[in-house]
Amino acid sequence: MSVPGGIGGPTAHGAERFADAFGRKLGGGALGSVPVVLGLLVIWLTFQILNPHFLSPRNLSNLSVDIVGTGMIAVGVIFVLLIGEIDLSVGSVSGLASALFAVLSVNYGMPEPPAIVLAALCGTAVGFVHGFFTAVVGVPAFVVTLAGLLGWYGLMLAIMGAYGTINLDDQGLVAQLTNFYFSNVAAAYALAALGTAAYFLTAWRDVTRRRAAGVPFRSPAEIFLRTGLLAVIAFAAAYVLNQFQGLPLALLIFLVVLVILDYVLRRTAYGRMIFALGGGVEAARRAGVNVAWVRISAFMMSSTMAAIGGLFLASRINSVSQTSVSTDLLMNAIAAAVIGGTSLFGGRGSTWSALLGVLVIQSIASGVALMDIQTAVQFMITGGVLLLAVVVDTLSRRAQWGTRPGLVFRRDHSH
Amino acid sequence: MARPSAPPLLALSGVFKRFGAVEALRDVELEIHAGEVIALVGDNGAGKSTLVKVIAGVEPADLGTLEWRGRPVHIGRPHDAQHLGIATVYQDLSLCDNLDVVGNLFLGREITRIGVLDEVEMERRTRDLLATLSIRIPDVRRPVAALSGGQRQTVAISRALLGEPRLVMLDEPTAALGIEQTAQVLDLVERLRERGLGVLLISHNLGDVKAVADYVAVLRLGRNNGFFDVTTTSQEQIVSSITGASDNAVTRRATREGEL
Repeated sequence: MSVPGGIGGPTAHGAERFADAFGRKLGGGALGSVPVVLGLLVIWLTFQILNPHFLSPRNLSNLSVDIVGTGMIAVGVIFVLLIGEIDLSVGSVSGLASALFAVLSVNYGMPEPPAIVLAALCGTAVGFVHGFFTAVVGVPAFVVTLAGLLGWYGLMLAIMGAYGTINLDDQGLVAQLTNFYFSNVAAAYALAALGTAAYFLTAWRDVTRRRAAGVPFRSPAEIFLRTGLLAVIAFAAAYVLNQFQGLPLALLIFLVVLVILDYVLRRTAYGRMIFALGGGVEAARRAGVNVAWVRISAFMMSSTMAAIGGLFLASRINSVSQTSVSTDLLMNAIAAAVIGGTSLFGGRGSTWSALLGVLVIQSIASGVALMDIQTAVQFMITGGVLLLAVVVDTLSRRAQWGTRPGLVFRRDHSH
Repeated sequence: MARPSAPPLLALSGVFKRFGAVEALRDVELEIHAGEVIALVGDNGAGKSTLVKVIAGVEPADLGTLEWRGRPVHIGRPHDAQHLGIATVYQDLSLCDNLDVVGNLFLGREITRIGVLDEVEMERRTRDLLATLSIRIPDVRRPVAALSGGQRQTVAISRALLGEPRLVMLDEPTAALGIEQTAQVLDLVERLRERGLGVLLISHNLGDVKAVADYVAVLRLGRNNGFFDVTTTSQEQIVSSITGASDNAVTRRATREGEL
């Protein structure tokens, strides 16, 4: 009385099977970061051919610091995208936080550490407001955060008041965020070794536990291959960074944040709830997830990371001005998340897409700047890449649905 | 088939439920025994979904007695029903498309070790559960969006079984499923009965009802309108109970076509 379960029978042709497997991977998001990594390689090779300075240690090292501000903001945006919402206010919030920090520390003489904490908490509070109106009042996030984009920008201008530009203490903590380098070559290599070892040990422990529990596990060969790949990338990056000034503190902080938040998303019940909201709000609610609270927390995460990103951006230019909120900061942060592979439709993505996406965007910006062409071209290229990323996102979503024809009609039955 | 003499798993009597001016349930009674599949049938608006919601605690009854294994109980909210051991699988699948089978089964009741998800243990229990129910899912780590409708429905039902309930209510589990997928779900319903669970199956499809149910309870306009042993009752009898007359559109049509 059992019924065959699978979709394709053994009679399927090889090509169909391949297409099926490919579609499944696309659908499962298993292709994940492959397209964007390939895209990044193409971009790097193209610019390197056009300008031999592009892949120089100096340029790559600068790139690794330039990505951090926007990257931090993008990481926060990913939380909101994962629950299927959008946050348009991150640019204004990052400006607001850096303005608050500058006024407190420079104009009011507050020591930097509490000023940094206050600036970050200001972001958290802003996120709570967005989350409250979205999750409790029920206003679409698009509108709430659009109001935020305008409102928080206004508040930032009000805080800056008469000061057109505030220069930060160039020996201060915030200034050091992007100016400090671990010049000892051992630092970068140690980080590479530590990261690789941690990855290997985690993977190996997982295999051991899975084997003991009798559930499928990755083959050791696959783990060695993955670890080897990671080691090559990590040590190559360390080598390049050491050719210039060493390991940048900003990059170290960014990587640590990515690892921690990735862990939160993938390995904690809270992270599972975030993904659940993106995959079916009603299902999550029935499973006992506190939907309103998770939504609010995602917005708080987004605005807090925007505030922290704002501090890194201020650090990069060592000042805060009324023009700190550049129009393309918001777009770059969201574009970075999407280009890196986080779905605009919610429920699919990872913190690592912030790193990959912002690398793509900054590489284009850096390459265009090196070649001394107008920023007009930069916008057009970035726009094209973003469109491409969304097309991949949409197609993979369609592939997912295509394997299940019944789904489209699923919500249409009357009770 | 003689009904067991042990006290029923769940016995309802004199259940009334009113929504504003509409009397959705009037003096309804129903008994469900362990190891029995009771089909609840009725036309649209007959009160099937309302009755399920009463039992599930989503919309508690205005009046009436509920007895759980011989003792009177009050079900005022979903938690009460779950606590007694009543699981409900609603018509629209309650799964998160992007999560894999393991993630969906344990959503809201994840197993953690020192605050960290214990994926290995959850996957092991998932495999055990699916194996005992003879459910075949190629890869429990695939997002459920990639599964067929029947597989998704079996996952939704297994999810309800994780809490080890004694009574499972299935609201239109085969709606929108193809023939083969329907068979998968009906197989699973039979396995629930073999495991000694009580099953309340809401269905529009009399074919499904004939295939797996032991008894059919008919609701019409919010009232009981018949309780039949499936093996000794013809489909026409059930249809006339549902529509309220032996002369109705369905039988007239059948006579015209000379098939029944």
